[in-house]
Amino acid sequence: MTIEDIKEILGARFIVGDEWKNREVHTACGSDMMSDVLAFMKDQSVLLTGLCNLQVIRTAEMMDIVCIVFVRGKMPEDAMIEMAREKEIALLSTGHRMFSACGLLYEKGLRGGPTYQ
Amino acid sequence: MSDKIKVFYEVPADDFTRAGEASSNLKSMLKKMGMNPETVRKVAIAMYEGEINMVIHASGGTIDVTVSQEEIEMVLKDQGPGIADIEMAMRAGYSTAPDKVRSLGFGAGMGLPNMKKYSDELKIESQVGIGTTVTMKVKIQC
Repeated sequence: MTIEDIKEILGARFIVGDEWKNREVHTACGSDMMSDVLAFMKDQSVLLTGLCNLQVIRTAEMMDIVCIVFVRGKMPEDAMIEMAREKEIALLSTGHRMFSACGLLYEKGLRGGPTYQ
Repeated sequence: MSDKIKVFYEVPADDFTRAGEASSNLKSMLKKMGMNPETVRKVAIAMYEGEINMVIHASGGTIDVTVSQEEIEMVLKDQGPGIADIEMAMRAGYSTAPDKVRSLGFGAGMGLPNMKKYSDELKIESQVGIGTTVTMKVKIQC
């Protein structure tokens, strides 16, 4: 799945990163707790979150996350947009809530990490 | 010429918006050196968690990084309140972070467990009322 596919599935819009829309996304993670996100190390992931502060972009940077989707129509502030552009992380905003946004992507074949034992 | 690279960072106190700058800087540096992306990510995540902890619990501190041929060593020092029960603090889900920190997306009690998960060696020395020194080593993969 590409970033563009995610945008279409979620009826989202690009805040940053239209030019990276063809980048591939292999897995997804949905969380508002950044340490939970940091516990999940996968290549080329998308992060879905309702949290909207600079540390979301920092977390994505550390994890090499390629795209962040802000749910419930949240909009990042300018400093976040600037940092995302610099780190080449695409930002999308969707009106869907977290559960629905994750479900829609799952339905189209995107998966998360393995089950914790 | 020495085959070790040393970098020093100061982590500012109580400035949550700037937390992560040191980790970001180190990550860019290691990437530019052409280091294996998984090694770079492990170092970045482990140090970022440490940096966040310093800002949340300890009014900042300092980080000394040494990059050698075999490994990356990070020594994080603070003069914060110290950790009374290290074993308890290592438990996934255990947190003493205030609600304000939780509303910012941290304080899930995964900081130290993540630091352990992503580093090959983790040593915590702490004295209540004096401060904490965390030493993490990550082996460089080819």
